[in-house]
Amino acid sequence: MVGELTWQKRLLGLWLPLAGFLVVALFPFTWMAITSLKTNAELYDPKAMPLAIKHPSLVHYIDLLRETNFLVWVANTMLVAVIATGISLLLGAMLAYPLARMRFRGGALLAVTVAITYLIPQTLLFVPMADLIGRMRLGNTLTAVMLTYPTLLVPFIAWLLMGYFKTVPKELEEQAMIDGASRWRAMTRIILPLCMPGFLSAGIFAFTLSQNEFLYALLFLTKSSVRTVPVGVVGELIRGDAFYWGQLMAGALLGSIPVALIYSFFVKYYVAGLTAGAVKG
Amino acid sequence: MSKILEAPGAGALAAPAHRHVRFGRLGAFVERQSVYSWLMITPPVLFLLTFLGYPFIYGVYLSFFQKEVARNASFVGFGNFVKLYNDPIFWQAVRNTIIFTGAATIFKACGGLAMALVMNQSFKLKSFARAMLLLPFIVPTVLSTVAWQWILDPGMGLFNRLLVVSGLATTGPSWLGTPTMAMISVIMVNTWRGLPFFGISILAGLQTIPADLHESATIDGAGTWGRFWYVTLPSLMPVILIVTVFSIVITFFDFQLVYVLTGGGPANSTHLMATYAYSLSMGAGQMGLGSAVALSMVPVLGLLLVALTLFVRKD
Repeated sequence: MVGELTWQKRLLGLWLPLAGFLVVALFPFTWMAITSLKTNAELYDPKAMPLAIKHPSLVHYIDLLRETNFLVWVANTMLVAVIATGISLLLGAMLAYPLARMRFRGGALLAVTVAITYLIPQTLLFVPMADLIGRMRLGNTLTAVMLTYPTLLVPFIAWLLMGYFKTVPKELEEQAMIDGASRWRAMTRIILPLCMPGFLSAGIFAFTLSQNEFLYALLFLTKSSVRTVPVGVVGELIRGDAFYWGQLMAGALLGSIPVALIYSFFVKYYVAGLTAGAVKG
Repeated sequence: MSKILEAPGAGALAAPAHRHVRFGRLGAFVERQSVYSWLMITPPVLFLLTFLGYPFIYGVYLSFFQKEVARNASFVGFGNFVKLYNDPIFWQAVRNTIIFTGAATIFKACGGLAMALVMNQSFKLKSFARAMLLLPFIVPTVLSTVAWQWILDPGMGLFNRLLVVSGLATTGPSWLGTPTMAMISVIMVNTWRGLPFFGISILAGLQTIPADLHESATIDGAGTWGRFWYVTLPSLMPVILIVTVFSIVITFFDFQLVYVLTGGGPANSTHLMATYAYSLSMGAGQMGLGSAVALSMVPVLGLLLVALTLFVRKD
């Protein structure tokens, strides 16, 4: 009797709600996959069961790769995300290290200023930013977004890394310096290696955010050959009012897979980064 | 790590002189905390001043000018803000932004709390389930929003097809076609995307609550609900609060979702301040006015955060 009760409790308290959350989270991706594998005849047949695929076909994928620059967009997105993440990690660490571990004049003010930059609307920045990019003659180059994405990422990364840098005891550094190491050596050989998990968290976060960025890419990348996946999909697969749903869903799914794949390797660090601020703060 | 701790150390008192000799004058200068700090900090600060500080100041400056594409800017003082004050679409966008942010945040917080409570049990494949549940949050917004646009398509979209096939309705609602439904849809999609952020963060908070708190509450006679109200929820409040502030800021600035899903329509009914600022600057070419809308976002966001603080204080 008791066993039966816990079994029921487990079903109602765990398995059913968990299934509900999973279905809600995942059905849009399933719908993407189903749509992308159907032929147009089946896709737009009002009598067909929407969730079943009778005649699976790769025609939308073939069309997508043949008619658009999709693979170029994927390569652009990856390149931009990797470089923007690299720049942001470097600058973010340079900003966070002294703020977290040293006392100096202006430090507190700087830390507050960095946090406040979160509250600047990107929509206020984009006109001046476009002007700046234009004057630097970087319009329609990937450099334009590689340079502007870090403005969105550095404050966030610095804030995340500060949390990690603070956790390393001061004594470790002092001991190394007593032993004759310079500050630089103590930092690069002792403190930074201990904070590797923090760098992985910040990096995977910055990487997914770079993949997600839309506004700057929309403004600065108007030529097809330099576009990123989000801008390419919205700008070129939606042609006027006509929607090519099969191709669109193929593009949306293929565009999501690289991020999802890389995320799945680092999911532990992603969750750590996500919760670091929430739990520690 | 242990190697470092075991390393033989010279006496602390002898250290400074020793270091002075070792690094030379320039070295000793660089070794000073303030000098070393500023050397480290200068490159990122210069970068942020160029690409964040300058555009910010220029954006604020623009909002006091009438600036149209390929024309010189002319100073209008508070003219743009006066114009906005008399612009019904602006007020509609302000209202929409507040409703969108408020409603979506409440749904995400409640749904996230439920998700966290469900996930805070031990079961097989838990970390796999967690990774799956976070997917909506990591997939690029534009791509998932395009999928939602197709799900909500009035004729052939998944929702209406399922409604018709199951016989629940002869024709489904026009999800993006009427002002009210469009607003509901936009809030729904934002909730779908942001809920895992709440869920996983609150889950992490749940795992830090010491088990003996629950035990002593049980000994004191608290039931499941009592433990939830008097132990779990109060211990979670700091986490929920921080995640909520984060989420309010992100949701408030959201641009891509509405831009892709409705473009602000039908009849401006889903325009947010961000999309309205964009359409004024880029669509109508009125960059001064667009900047004024964007700048107005800051006090509105401040107001929302103050409202949240008051709400929490009252509790």
